Amino acid sequence: MSTFLGMPALPVYGTGNLHASESFPKAAHRELGNAQLRANLGHATRTIRDKRLKMVAELPDWEQLRDAGSAIKESVMARLPELLEQFEENFTARGGVIHWARDAGEANAIVAGLIRDTGETEVVKVKSMATQEIGLNEYLEEQGITAFETDLAELIVQLDHDKPSHILVPAIHKNRTEIRDIFLREMPGADPQLTDDPAVLAMAARSHLRRKFLTAKVAVSGANFALADSGTLAVVESEGNGRMCLTLPETLITVMGVEKLLPTWQDLEVFMQLLPRSSTGERMNPYTSLWTGVTEGDGPQNMHLVLLDNGRSAALADEMGRSALHCIRCSACMNVCPVYERTGGHAYGSTYPGPIGAILSPLMTGIQAEENNSLPYASSLCGACYDACPVKINIPDILVHLRSVDVDSKRGTKKIPSQMDVGMKAASWAFSSGKRLALLEKGLPLGRLAAGPDKKITKLPGIAAGWTQSRDIPAPPSQSFRDWWAKEHRAPDAGSATPSQGGVSENSVSQNKEDQP
Amino acid sequence: MSAREEILGRIRTALKDNPEAPQIPRQYRETSGLDEAALIGLLADRLIDYKAQVSVVDAAEVPARIAELLAGARSYVVPAGIDAGWLSGPGHEPGGSRRHLDSTAAPLTVAELDGIDAVVTGSAVAVAETGTIILDGSANQGRRAISLVPDHHICVVKAADIAGILPEALRRIDGTRPLTMISGPSATSDIELERVEGVHGPRKLDVIIAR
Repeated sequence: MSTFLGMPALPVYGTGNLHASESFPKAAHRELGNAQLRANLGHATRTIRDKRLKMVAELPDWEQLRDAGSAIKESVMARLPELLEQFEENFTARGGVIHWARDAGEANAIVAGLIRDTGETEVVKVKSMATQEIGLNEYLEEQGITAFETDLAELIVQLDHDKPSHILVPAIHKNRTEIRDIFLREMPGADPQLTDDPAVLAMAARSHLRRKFLTAKVAVSGANFALADSGTLAVVESEGNGRMCLTLPETLITVMGVEKLLPTWQDLEVFMQLLPRSSTGERMNPYTSLWTGVTEGDGPQNMHLVLLDNGRSAALADEMGRSALHCIRCSACMNVCPVYERTGGHAYGSTYPGPIGAILSPLMTGIQAEENNSLPYASSLCGACYDACPVKINIPDILVHLRSVDVDSKRGTKKIPSQMDVGMKAASWAFSSGKRLALLEKGLPLGRLAAGPDKKITKLPGIAAGWTQSRDIPAPPSQSFRDWWAKEHRAPDAGSATPSQGGVSENSVSQNKEDQP
Repeated sequence: MSAREEILGRIRTALKDNPEAPQIPRQYRETSGLDEAALIGLLADRLIDYKAQVSVVDAAEVPARIAELLAGARSYVVPAGIDAGWLSGPGHEPGGSRRHLDSTAAPLTVAELDGIDAVVTGSAVAVAETGTIILDGSANQGRRAISLVPDHHICVVKAADIAGILPEALRRIDGTRPLTMISGPSATSDIELERVEGVHGPRKLDVIIAR
């Protein structure tokens, strides 16, 4: 077939830190063994959950704000090409320069090139999911450029050569003593008398970064929102490290996913009410900076924005999954997720953990991407994430949808039947006839032998082994229900009497007793 | 094909089902209906909750209150367009040897700002419900750097500039100005979610609400 020019083939998937290196069940199994992690996460998620509920309850119009937020984002997706062009025009008119990046590699190369043009080899960074997604810090390091993370939690993670485990509080898996030890070990000039008091640790970070802020010529940031009708960008933060990066350097390079747009200034009133309460459980975050291109004499005079696709158009192409792009990265879904609470963020493999990560990552990389295809199963489908999502992303429905896409994508690709296929075939054979099932059930009491004296089966062979990996199976009863029923309902001439209701219950009780360990 | 054309092309192809942009339901509150006393009370309450210090005074008392708060500062910076009346009268030394003026025309260097203890600014609008003060870079608020680098920010909010809720406030300002929204002093909750006031921005925020 000849190449059809003009219309790019779809979908084009993203690259970078979106791919898990191992399957979720495998990673989760390992992380579950970390009792410290579980204790930290349990405490953290419970605390934010409670704060969030309190702050949400304060607003009488919370549901109306969610409705508006959801509709605005749906409208952004429907009008994305038009809004991007409008934003570009406004941003450029105000002295900004826009760069478009198809994938992680292209975005990294653009940012490195822009930094190189300034002659600098050090940059300060404000926490950015987009730059984590493309692996910018690692790439810059290869290019001889050092990127200093300035958000306290990102700094902790960076100093410890670790990975973030939560999108809002990336070092939530570490407690204060671990953080003190990291500072003592990795922070040049750290006071050896450093205590593990969070206030003392925050001050240590302040003095460590102060000179960097005051002398940095180049900063790299992400953006929370971009307003199409004015070309305005917004960064929402708490510590002032964002303001430092957005104000003091001469050059600011912002990396942002194409989906972050909002159509108008008015829409900001909705999202600035939804975001802080959903994420940190505060009425408002301490600092928000908004800038529209270059302001003479105030702030950076060279303004660059890298607009990133990296799999977002692929996610957009999935009519059912596209609403995952409505995400405003508040992290409310992970704080209510029973699966995230136990496994932590690292188990999800990608930059985006938790329920949103379980849909966003496979949508951006394609469900066929090895290991990411296990993510849609990393859920109990309890629906708590849908309830918590400020822009009403129906995560459970998208999870189910992606599971079906995963199953469909595997259909017909396997030549040798798997254990599951054989098992399903056998089950279908057995369940399709009462006689066959009865025959098979005769074998059930054998399970009691396998269970042994504690009446528990702790290890099954073959595909069933997965089931017993994290739970025991009680020994089967000494007879099947069908056998019991047949015995109880013997024709009057064959038995002593027709069993009364009392007889049945007495019998059930005795049978239950027998089965108790 | 340029990256721009290709990405826009991909997005158009992804939207080949022609999704319809829905009507935006805006049934959320757009006004609060609070009177001035209620607005002042609510703003003060929210700011105190963020560990900011708040004083509510009559407009005539603003200069004295500023002088009081600046008493311990060896030096302070003000934007060149600050209300002159705020920095005169009892407690304010004539000429102001500790005082530095900053403007876009004659900006202080970052190193100079780092050596200055405090900053006094006005404000554009405040949001009572969320305890948020918005600076828009007007002449009485100055460049963003001056309210960022000194460790103590003294900010004057006029009662007439307090809006009840965020939508009311955002409608009063020009979104294309360099905007900073401040809700309490710099803070972090990154270590075991324990809130610590003061990291990189001013660690002390004093808000003077002028009736």
